[in-house]
Amino acid sequence: MSFDHRDDTGARFGMWLFLYTEVILFSGLFLLYAIALVNFPQDYITASNKLNVWFGAANTVVLLTSSLTIALAITAIQRNQIRLCLNLCWATIALAVVFLINKYFEWSHEISLGIYPASPTLLEMGPGITSFFNLYYFTAGLHGLHVLIGAVLIAVVAVMVAKGKVTSERYVLLENSALYWHLVDLVWIFLFPLYYLII
Amino acid sequence: MTEEKHEPVSYRTFIITWIVLLVLTGVTVGVAQFDFGAINVWIALTVASSKAALVLFVFMHLRQESVLFKVGLLVMLVTLIIFIGLTFTDILYREVLP
Repeated sequence: MSFDHRDDTGARFGMWLFLYTEVILFSGLFLLYAIALVNFPQDYITASNKLNVWFGAANTVVLLTSSLTIALAITAIQRNQIRLCLNLCWATIALAVVFLINKYFEWSHEISLGIYPASPTLLEMGPGITSFFNLYYFTAGLHGLHVLIGAVLIAVVAVMVAKGKVTSERYVLLENSALYWHLVDLVWIFLFPLYYLII
Repeated sequence: MTEEKHEPVSYRTFIITWIVLLVLTGVTVGVAQFDFGAINVWIALTVASSKAALVLFVFMHLRQESVLFKVGLLVMLVTLIIFIGLTFTDILYREVLP
């Protein structure tokens, strides 16, 4: 007789512990932001005004909606609506792709204006604006990397759902991927107002 | 041993939460069009924290988890407050930046 070791609550708690370390990671960057904001308040307003609020707002709506679709996917698998669960997973991934395409256009625009780390244009603008954009590229870049990882994770789990390896009886993998995805959303909830909306 | 399972959260609850999150996003963007001075950042952070709480408790099912999960979150937040707070006791009282 084979014995199945299984502890879904433990698995979820482990994921939460990992997410706390992720929060600490991003908090380091937000702390740097706060210190620079105190030191260069005027420069931060000038720099923030150079970012396009509508790109940021559109991406906020995209991420909030993707958090909704993956949350709905959990309810769907709990109710054994596998087809619906899969569609919601693919919708989440599609929204992740939309987010990254949006980011591509946004960054292309900024780079075309000569705003990128260590660019001559930034050098002329002084240390305050330079620190804003360095932190912006680093934080948003690290966040973008998380979007990519989260989307891949959800894709892998969606394939397992399709193959019947993740079922309405055993779906902790989908729950943990969803938790990771919500963290990506949480980081953006703070990143968006701090970088795009300072006036 | 049987696993404790959560009751599925209704689709309705999630969709209402999503609408509230969108409204709050509108509020932050709206408030940022007016200059209230330093208060702007605090309004933005308050709205962002409310949105974060909605995502944590509803989308991430924290409401349904045991006390252990909630205490874990609290410990993490207190840690954050300590390290951000202590840093600022330095930053705010420096005469000149090196």
